[in-house]
Amino acid sequence: MARLNLWRWGVFGLAGLYFLVPLAASVVFTVDVPGQGLTVDAYTQIVSTGGFGSSLLLSLELALATIAVVLLLMVPAMVALRLGAPRLRPVVEVVCSLPLVVPPIAFVAGIVTVLKWGPEHLSRTPLFQTFVAIQNPDFPVVLVLAYVVMALPFVYRALDAGLRAIDVPTLVEAARSCGASWPQALVQAVLPNLRGALLNASFLTLALVLGEFTVAQLLGFQPFAVWIVNVSGSQAQLSVAVSVMSLLVTWLLLLVLAGFGGRSRTTSRG
Amino acid sequence: MTATLPRVDTAPAAAVKRRRRSLGWVAVVPLLAFTAVAFGLPAWAVLDGAFTDKGTGAYTTANLTASLQGAYLTALVGSVKLSAVSAALATLLGLPLAQAVVTSRHRALREAVLTASGVLANFGGVPLAFAFVATLGNAGVLTRHLDLTDKGWDLYSFWGLVVVYLYFLIPLMVLTITPALEGLRVQWREAAQNNGATTAQYWLHVALPVLLPTLLGGFVLLFGSAFAAYATAAAIVGSSVPLITLQIADALSGNVLVGQENVALALSLDMVLVAGLVMAVYLPLQRRSARWLA
Repeated sequence: MARLNLWRWGVFGLAGLYFLVPLAASVVFTVDVPGQGLTVDAYTQIVSTGGFGSSLLLSLELALATIAVVLLLMVPAMVALRLGAPRLRPVVEVVCSLPLVVPPIAFVAGIVTVLKWGPEHLSRTPLFQTFVAIQNPDFPVVLVLAYVVMALPFVYRALDAGLRAIDVPTLVEAARSCGASWPQALVQAVLPNLRGALLNASFLTLALVLGEFTVAQLLGFQPFAVWIVNVSGSQAQLSVAVSVMSLLVTWLLLLVLAGFGGRSRTTSRG
Repeated sequence: MTATLPRVDTAPAAAVKRRRRSLGWVAVVPLLAFTAVAFGLPAWAVLDGAFTDKGTGAYTTANLTASLQGAYLTALVGSVKLSAVSAALATLLGLPLAQAVVTSRHRALREAVLTASGVLANFGGVPLAFAFVATLGNAGVLTRHLDLTDKGWDLYSFWGLVVVYLYFLIPLMVLTITPALEGLRVQWREAAQNNGATTAQYWLHVALPVLLPTLLGGFVLLFGSAFAAYATAAAIVGSSVPLITLQIADALSGNVLVGQENVALALSLDMVLVAGLVMAVYLPLQRRSARWLA
């Protein structure tokens, strides 16, 4: 038994070393600058560097818009599937799993091609204005569209797990018997019971959007993750400092989610 | 549940049912319409472009042929090799870690490791890349203090990337394999011991065969995850390690040759095919392993 315990602590020790050293080293890297000694300049510089505020704000706006759109699309559909359209279920499941088969870089290659149709074929039609509008650098709607697609598999799983735990038809029937209208039944009876699943889905989407780099970079926009890479060329300390901070924020969010969602979080991915 | 509700006649019930069905359509159609536009159009563009000649617009397989030759082939093979090696190592390293977690009697420790795994498995991309640059890069903390460069260490290489990828692949493996390990019954081990089996024999003849579908499923899932990774590699190595994701990005942004966009689409199609193959292997394996967990 003692031998077994020794083995277990050895495994935990090695794992701890591998997973904690890069984090610790990142912090050391940002505060212990060769030739300058200990300094927290990297962290104070973050806020004053050009583009920090605007790129972070853009990322947060994109995240909020993505969460709103994905929930508005998915929640009514998933609830309706439980209520009375079981034959549509496999369709929705397949549609929501398809993005898993297309790697983000292949997806963005397709988006780039579609966006080129605008100037090439549609320049005389009103559709062209739409193509221009969704690529507005102040708020690129095209990124929201892409992120919603990329979030579908995770949101589907989170909502499916939440819906499995409650009996939607009975809830709705009870609410309707008490005189509630359809929207009332949905908003006041079903949604409160889905709180955990909704939070779960929102946080997963938030983490996805905040960390997303591939699509935004190749489409030429500059949300937070792209901005970090762009400043890294000139200021290594600064970019690592920003990474450490964005990491802490993401972890905090995911830990909050773990607190809300309990163990169901571990099955929400994979 | 309908039995508890007194019904006067069946007509309203049928009406309710019909209403529900139409409600289902009304609620699902926006979702389907959205994916048809936001996902279907790009997917069609990749498929169409991969088979179209950039100059003449005629259908051709030249792009696909080009995507499987020269530097592109090297990149595809490089990606497959990197993903396979990282996924295999993560499978081998994740198993003992998950086993240590499952057999631990400290509940708090288990929860902590599983929560951390959930966080780390989602931790890829740019911050991960910079954490490793700060640790093991040319001017990294460990590199400087341990003189690793003199000892032949190079983060911006194949093995450097493997070390970085393991950082999110091992936790993903722990998450995947933990339910299966929890499904191993104590009775099986006791039965094996009562029949005189050693620990090694128990693992070889009982535990591993039961775990095999889950392990293989986990391996292909990790493979797919590593294969699709772009941000981490782009932020660390630029293009010093040939990877298909980096090649697509280069071709898309016209860094290499003008007019290679359709080859980039063919490369994307190659990636989708590989990813599709991964899912085709993964899903049946997952269903198979679910049998033991019931």
